[in-house]
Amino acid sequence: MPEKKIRVLIAKPGLDGHDRGAKIIARALRDAGMEVIYTGLRQTPEMIASAAVQEDVDVIGLSILSGAHNTLCPQLMSLLHEKGMDDVTVVLGGIIPEADIPALKKAGIAGIFLPGTSTQDIVEFIHKRIAH
Amino acid sequence: MRNPSEESTQTVTPAEPSSSHRKPSAKERAWEENTLRPTLEKNPERQAEFTTVSAFPIQRLYTPADLSEWDPDRDLGYPGEPPYTRGIHSTMHRGRLWTMRQFAGFGAAEDTNQRFRYLLSQGQTGLSTAFDLPTLMGYDSDHPLSEGEVGKCGVAISSLADMEVLFDKIPLANVTTSMTINSPAAVIWAMYLAVAEKQGADWKKISGTLQNDILKEYIAQKEYIYPPEPSMRLVIDTFEFGVKNTPKFNTISISGYHIREAGSTAIQELAFTLRDGLEYVEWGMRRGLELDEFVPQLSFFFNAHNDFFEEIAKYRAARRIWHKAMVERYKSQNPRSWALRFHTQTAGCSLTAQQPYNNVVRTAIQALAAVLGGTQSLHTNSLDEAWALPTEFAATIALRTQQIIAHETGVTNTVDALGGSYFVETLTNEVERGAWDYIEKIDALGGMVAAIERGYPQREISEASYRYQVAVDEKEKIIVGVNDFVTQEKPLDTLQIDETVAHRQAERLSKLRSERSNDEVTRRLGALRKAAKGTENLMPYIFDAVKSYATLGEICDAMREVFGTYEEIAIT
Repeated sequence: MPEKKIRVLIAKPGLDGHDRGAKIIARALRDAGMEVIYTGLRQTPEMIASAAVQEDVDVIGLSILSGAHNTLCPQLMSLLHEKGMDDVTVVLGGIIPEADIPALKKAGIAGIFLPGTSTQDIVEFIHKRIAH
Repeated sequence: MRNPSEESTQTVTPAEPSSSHRKPSAKERAWEENTLRPTLEKNPERQAEFTTVSAFPIQRLYTPADLSEWDPDRDLGYPGEPPYTRGIHSTMHRGRLWTMRQFAGFGAAEDTNQRFRYLLSQGQTGLSTAFDLPTLMGYDSDHPLSEGEVGKCGVAISSLADMEVLFDKIPLANVTTSMTINSPAAVIWAMYLAVAEKQGADWKKISGTLQNDILKEYIAQKEYIYPPEPSMRLVIDTFEFGVKNTPKFNTISISGYHIREAGSTAIQELAFTLRDGLEYVEWGMRRGLELDEFVPQLSFFFNAHNDFFEEIAKYRAARRIWHKAMVERYKSQNPRSWALRFHTQTAGCSLTAQQPYNNVVRTAIQALAAVLGGTQSLHTNSLDEAWALPTEFAATIALRTQQIIAHETGVTNTVDALGGSYFVETLTNEVERGAWDYIEKIDALGGMVAAIERGYPQREISEASYRYQVAVDEKEKIIVGVNDFVTQEKPLDTLQIDETVAHRQAERLSKLRSERSNDEVTRRLGALRKAAKGTENLMPYIFDAVKSYATLGEICDAMREVFGTYEEIAIT
C-alpha cells in the first residue's frame, strides 16, 4: 500500500490579498508529494478551523503579511483546540517581527518562516514534524 | 464563469533574442574569430546563459548588427515627440525634476497627517497616501473583519471626519496628492473633494492621482469588492466626473507595480498594464466619453526592479506601445492622449529582510533606472520595509536617495542618456515585441475582463513567480544576504502600530454615528442604492452620502447590496 500523503491546508487569513507566497508554498508542497488544499483569500479563523476539520489535514500553513498575526493566530489556535484538533501542526509564514515569535510559539504555532526561507526548508520541517 | 483549470495554459513564447537573425559585419566576424574565440577557449564565461531577473536572455555584445532594421527617426524620434521613446517632454529632467512622492500612511489620520507634514518639510514635492486594509476593502475600522488590521498597512479612514484630520493644515490647492485606493476609490475621492471644497480649493485646479485600477486588483493584488462589471462602471463614473469637474486630476493610475510584485516578468508587467489601459479606454468609449477628453487624465504606474537595463527598456517600450495603440487602434487626434505619463516605485519584493541596510543600495539603483527611463514621479522604498512600514529615519534616507540622484549624479543633465545604445535599443525592441504578443493574446481572449475571468494573466504570473522561486532556491539567481553572502545580524528597530489605533477609531466612529443626522444618512444611502440599480453616474450620489458623514463601510455596503461581491477562483 502506498504511504499516506501528508495533507496540508494553506490558508490566507485576514484582509490582505498578497497571495504570492501562499501560492508558491502550495505548489512547492504539492511538488514535494503532499496533498495541498488552498482555501483562497480572506478566510476567518473560524473558516480555517472548519476547513481543517472537514479536510482532516495534518498541517495548516498560514500566510500573513499584514501585521494581523498577533490577533489571528491565537484565535485560530483556540478554535482548533475547541474542535479537538490539537494534533494538527500549524506553521506560519510572512512578515513576522522577531519580537512576536516567542508568544506565537507559546500559542502553539510549530514553525515560523520569515522572508527568504527556501521552500526546501519548509518541506523538510513538515516531513520531520509529521514523521514523529 | 468557467473553471480556470479547463483553460489552456499555453504561454506566450518569449520574443526571440535578436541574435537569431542578425548579420554581423566583417569587422565583427573578425573580432569573433581573432579575439573572442581564443579568450573563450582559455577562459569560458561564468555561465552558459545570461538572463535578466525576468529570465529574458541577454547576449554577450550588441552591435549595429542588432539594429539593422532599426530606424532612429521612426523608432527613437526626439523627446516630447512621437513615438516618445526618449521621453514625453522635450527637456525632460533638465526642465523639471520628477515629483518626489513618498507613499506614507499608518495608524489613525492624525499620525499620518504628522508624517505628511514632516515629509513636506524635508523637501518632498507631492503626497501619496497608503490606506489600511479595512479601508482598501471598504470596511469601517470597527467592523469585525477589521480586527487586528486597523492602521497596520496604512492609515485608517472610515469617514469624511477622518479625511478632514488627514489633510488638516495641508492646503490641497497647492499640493498634489496621490491616493492608493481601488475598489472604494470613488468614495475616498469624494471625501478628498469634500475636504478640498471645505478648504475653498478650486476643483478645476486641484491635482493628484487616484489609483482606481480595479483590473490589476483582480489580476494581482486581490483587493476587490464587487464583480468586474459594476467595478468597471464605478471606474468609468470617476472618468466621466473627472472630465467635467477636475481636469487636472489623474482619475486612474494604471498599475503594473502590483503585477510585478505578484511575481510577473518585466514583459508581463508591461503587457498586462497596457492592456488594462486599453480596456479602460474601450469601456470609456462605450460609455460615450470622448476619447481625447478622458484619455489625457489616465496615468500609469510601474515597478522599478533590480535588472537595470531591462527596466529602462520597459519604460521606453511602454511609451512607444501606448503611442502606437492610441494612434493606430483608436485614431486619437490629441497628443496629450499619446504621451504615457508614469509614476514609479522601486520594487518592494526585491527588498530583503536579511541585512536590511543593503536595501538602500538596491533602491538607489532601481531609482536610477526609473530616472533614466524618464519617470514623472518616483517613490523610493525604505530600507526597513521588508519588516514593517518605515520609521521616519528610514523614510528620510529613501527621500535623500532621490535627492542625491537628482542633484549629485549628473544623470539629469541630458535627455535619455542611454538612447542609441545598441543594447538598450535592442532590448527596448524585444521588450516591446514581447508585450505586443501578450496584448494580442488578450485581445483574442476577448479583452482583459474576459481574460481575468478565465484566470489567464493570474496563471501567467503564478508560473513566472514559481519559476523565479525555484531559481532562487537552486541558487541560479543570487540574492545577496539571502541565498549567498549570508551573515547573522541584529534585528532592526521597526515602526510598531499598536491596538490603541483601533480603539481610538472605534470611539471616533461611535461618536460620529451619534452626532450626525442619521435620517440624512439613511436618505442619501437610499438614493445611492436606487441609483446603483440604474445606469446613472454614481459619483454625485456617493459625494452626497460622504458629505452627510455616512461611513466608508456604509457606502460600500449600500453598493454591495446592489452589486454583490466577487470571489475569485483560486489558482495555485
